[in-house]
Amino acid sequence: MRSVSVDLNNDASLLIDIPDALCERDKVKFTVHTKTTLSSFQKPEFSVPRQHEDFIWLHDTLVETEDYAGLIIPPAPPKPDFESPREKMHKLGEGEATMTKEEYTKMKQELEAEYLAVFKKTVQVHEIFLQRLSSHPILSKDRNFQIFLEYDQDLSVRRKNAKEMFGGFFKNMVKSADEVLISGVKEVDDFFEQEKTFLLDYYSKIKDSTAKAEKMTRSHKNIADDYIHISATLNSISADDSTKVEGRVASDQELKLTELLRYYMRDIQAAKDLLYRRARALADYENSNKALDKARLKSKDIPQAEEHQQQCLQKFDKLSESGKKELTGFKGRRVVAFRKNLIEMAELEIKHAKNNVTLLQGCIDLLKSN
Amino acid sequence: MEPTSLEQLEEEEAKDSFDVDVAVTNPEKIGDGMNAYVAYKVSTRTSLPMFRSKTFSVRRRFSDFLGLYEKLSVKQSLHGCVIPPPPEKSVVGMTKVKVGMDDPSSVEFVERRRAALERYLQRVVSHPSLLQDPDVREFLERDDLPRAVNTQALSGAGFLKMINKASDAVNKMTIKMNESDTWFEDKFQEVENEEQQLRKLHAVVDSLVNHRKELCGNTAVFAKSMAMLGNSEDNTALSRALSQLAEVEDKMEQLHQEQAASDFFIFAELLADYIRLLGAVRGCFDQRMRAWQRWQEAQSTLQKKREAEAKLLWANKPDKLQQAKEEIAEVTNTWEARVTQYERDFDRIGMTVRKEVLRFEKEKAKDFKSQIIKYLEAMLQSQQRLIKFWEAFLPEAKAIA
Repeated sequence: MRSVSVDLNNDASLLIDIPDALCERDKVKFTVHTKTTLSSFQKPEFSVPRQHEDFIWLHDTLVETEDYAGLIIPPAPPKPDFESPREKMHKLGEGEATMTKEEYTKMKQELEAEYLAVFKKTVQVHEIFLQRLSSHPILSKDRNFQIFLEYDQDLSVRRKNAKEMFGGFFKNMVKSADEVLISGVKEVDDFFEQEKTFLLDYYSKIKDSTAKAEKMTRSHKNIADDYIHISATLNSISADDSTKVEGRVASDQELKLTELLRYYMRDIQAAKDLLYRRARALADYENSNKALDKARLKSKDIPQAEEHQQQCLQKFDKLSESGKKELTGFKGRRVVAFRKNLIEMAELEIKHAKNNVTLLQGCIDLLKSN
Repeated sequence: MEPTSLEQLEEEEAKDSFDVDVAVTNPEKIGDGMNAYVAYKVSTRTSLPMFRSKTFSVRRRFSDFLGLYEKLSVKQSLHGCVIPPPPEKSVVGMTKVKVGMDDPSSVEFVERRRAALERYLQRVVSHPSLLQDPDVREFLERDDLPRAVNTQALSGAGFLKMINKASDAVNKMTIKMNESDTWFEDKFQEVENEEQQLRKLHAVVDSLVNHRKELCGNTAVFAKSMAMLGNSEDNTALSRALSQLAEVEDKMEQLHQEQAASDFFIFAELLADYIRLLGAVRGCFDQRMRAWQRWQEAQSTLQKKREAEAKLLWANKPDKLQQAKEEIAEVTNTWEARVTQYERDFDRIGMTVRKEVLRFEKEKAKDFKSQIIKYLEAMLQSQQRLIKFWEAFLPEAKAIA
């Protein structure tokens, strides 16, 4: 069951999934599997090994493609982060002498489950990224996307193109300055004015919620660990079972609510990026207008200025048109995803609580009958 | 004197049943500033004829409870008995209360103390020998109890320090006891091990309580954040659902608070009580050792006196002989009587300890069982309420369009 639901157009002409992944120390190797009926691909079905950095390369090249300026580029998957379970595993190893064999085994099991959860999460996030691309009418046709899916050699040669990397870095730097630009530019379109206000506000709120959700689930985890220690020390059946129960709720909540928020936080950032690009285009258009006026005044270089102004206007119009479509679609997708996720989360809470009730009732009955 | 068989002891145990119920309620701050103290209402309900009536109550303060313990623990007749230790003094806790009883940490402190005092008294009155003690009856009945002095010894970890000091003295004994039956040695080891285990468990439960409190805080903060997000959301149905989610999380915070209280008052305090009680049990074993020591020392003194007598008779001073004989006879008679007395004491304490340990184990099993059931039932109710909250939320989530 996928933890983060995104409304995906599962068009059978291009189906992508990550059926397998290997974890070697720090590196995760994903097996990207494609099944397609499109003639643009050489084979109908094939798999390639990819690393996280390859996904980043793909994302960055899409972001820097001028033609896609009017699109919301799906957010790049975050780097696989095994830091937390690894640190805990280390601490566990150090403390092995101080606990009973049973306690140690249980803690180890919990950690292994946590490790697995992080692993599953990262596979899903990388998979969703690709599936977002494959279900987008324009992005799915991108040449680099095709290379990513098909090219059976190591992509690192392409990746290590320093100019590309530097270009991306530079863009990120400028972007933060342009957040000011977005708010500063005089908006000509009501739709975008509203979107801008909404997205800026929503972003800060969702970022806050994500952080708070993370803290909450971490507390749940701590409590689950405590129950493991308790059940190991206590000679009683009852405490034993509640361990698994509390722990399970923590890991499921982790996957559901926090991931949903985290995902949409990044998605909204992507939407904001679209707004920024459009704001840049608007600024460029306004500048081109000023330049044209100046040229007319000086009666110099008028045709170039006119052409430049036309280009800017076209770019801006194109961005606005596609931007409007993208943002509307984005809204719809977001609402659907939240709905699905909130329902699943509520159902899960109920299911686990009912399990707990059965478990606890059983223990109480057992104790009372003795 | 032959020790009675274990079966006989157990039978005696089963016959002891009581009809006394005590409660400690209504904490009330008396006075102001640093001389302020808290007075509790101690109510008794009983069918035993030795009390002045069937129900009655008095007002007592913390030092009165400590004073009662002091009085009981020095009585020879109660040696070998497991005398329940009172709750610990807390300078920090009390200072806060003296300043003002309204803030949540003071409220919690007073409640914790009230509950602990109640458990203490309940243990005292359910002990058959202690219930018969006039000091206990006076504590429960007398309207005007003279203030206890000398309760300084029981501050903080003072009680356990006292027990441990006595243990050390016993360990340093030069004459090692030769146990005729290993019951005492084995039991003592068991008690020590159990105390260790409980300490470990208590530390983890303490950690649980803290983590649960953290969860409360984090949940409350998260709920607020969700409410803000709901306000920002422009889709009406989703906005409503997010606000509802915020409300559910608020209710969850409430549940977590109650669970934390349950963790603490039912579980953690149970463990803390038994850690102290096990210390008291160890104390009984030490008392038995000291009784043995006293007996051995008396025997060796008697031996010395007899040797002195023999020497004197050998020295052969006929004129002084008769007088000397009389003096020696007096001394040896005294010491012979002492030896007999101390041997009887030792046997008696041995029997008391056996009986007490049996009784203690039964009480402990009963206590743990009932508290754990209570704890699980609290958890159960919490989960059932949780189900209701989420079931109410589900239609809201489904209504999103």
